[in-house]
Amino acid sequence: MIATEAPPTTTMTHAGSVATRMAVVADEVAGPAAADVDARGRFPTETVEALRAEGLLAALVPTASGGGGATLAEVSEGLVALGKRCASSAMVVAMHHIQVACLVRHGSSPLLRDYLRELSEHQYLLASATTEVGTGGDVRSSICALDVADGRFRVEKQAPVISYADDADAVLVTARRTADSPESDQVIVLCRPPGLELEQVGEWNALGFRGTCSTGFVLRATGDADAVLSEPYSDISTRTMLPVAHLLWSSVWLGIATDAVELARRFVQAEARRKPGTMPAASVRLAQTAVVHQQFVDMVHSSLARFAEADADSDRLSSIGFGVGMNALKVSASTLVVDIVRECMLICGLASYRLDSPFSLGRHLRDGMGAALMVNNDRIMANNAQMLLVHRGE
Amino acid sequence: MTVDETIRQVLVEHGRLAVPVESLADDTDLFGAGMTSHASVNVMLALEDAFDLEFPEKMLKKSTFESIGAIRSAVTEMTDG
Repeated sequence: MIATEAPPTTTMTHAGSVATRMAVVADEVAGPAAADVDARGRFPTETVEALRAEGLLAALVPTASGGGGATLAEVSEGLVALGKRCASSAMVVAMHHIQVACLVRHGSSPLLRDYLRELSEHQYLLASATTEVGTGGDVRSSICALDVADGRFRVEKQAPVISYADDADAVLVTARRTADSPESDQVIVLCRPPGLELEQVGEWNALGFRGTCSTGFVLRATGDADAVLSEPYSDISTRTMLPVAHLLWSSVWLGIATDAVELARRFVQAEARRKPGTMPAASVRLAQTAVVHQQFVDMVHSSLARFAEADADSDRLSSIGFGVGMNALKVSASTLVVDIVRECMLICGLASYRLDSPFSLGRHLRDGMGAALMVNNDRIMANNAQMLLVHRGE
Repeated sequence: MTVDETIRQVLVEHGRLAVPVESLADDTDLFGAGMTSHASVNVMLALEDAFDLEFPEKMLKKSTFESIGAIRSAVTEMTDG
């Protein structure tokens, strides 16, 4: 995507760690733009351009392919920083990195290897089309199917949501392997211009994460059949897309919660300064909230470590115990973010309820409420309930 | 019933396959034939009941249930062991 505005400048020049540089973009670009992104429900162009200018959209691509060679933990840390300043920006960037991780770990064809180098060079932004009209939100089944002939694929998908599709350089799309395949026999294919046509359906006017521009589309694409990832989507989902998504989403939500706790702390400290020697009324609640926030921090860190450990052991990565744990992370993180923001609102009182106060937590609450709904926690719990029927323990 | 007949019967009842079970070869990919991960859990539970066994953790992976042959190997390994 070509920038239509002058790229925003930051104080950096490719120096420092991935996480540090993401944090600078968060503070200098994403934060100042956050209110406007939220109010207008627009794509956070300046944030993505700033990350692009810093080479950070290829952070997860190995250095051998021209990328940043960063670990998931580094990107997670950067997303926490971004989530603190603009959760919409952070979600966009998280969704992009999830797709990059799938390509890095499963895109084995020469075409896809070359694409990673191209992505690194041009700092492409990737979107994803996994849900489909008619499947009831079950991303593990598809109605649309690939039509492969003469080394070319063709696909048409009715996608109820493709976040930031208009601003993405390519879309990873799930579909049945062939027209004869059952709904569960899915593959994932890289769709990009000029073989990509997107017809927008409806608008995205939501309570939160307004800058993700998660509108529906009819997607029509064609391209080289080598753009189809060779492994079944079920394997890619289990081993990469699901755990990485839950790790990176949780990092974004941790960012929201962290900013709320920082605001609450400043609020209580301001009270304490006004009446030295008197404990502010909300100080114990702040201490309690800090305990829960610490649980959240530690949960994200330990989950990143669990993924890194399991990644070294193929069987473990696809084990039931690991899947149950990664689902538990998503459910916990999406619940904790709202719990923490709500507590912080009690700490800050009406100052947090007002929209024009420096302690306003309106956007935190609205964004945070989306966490439990994007892949509904009830669906995830139903999956875990079924896996627990056969789980044998660690 | 033989081991194979029992496996096929379980697949008829719980596999929710897109094709008739009679049409499956020993090495036909059951997931390719439409068995979802949800259905595979039910197949596994029914196999445990039918053969009165419990699959150990190391067998709880997709490859154990990917074909009739793979299921027979797993069942045989446990009943012979």
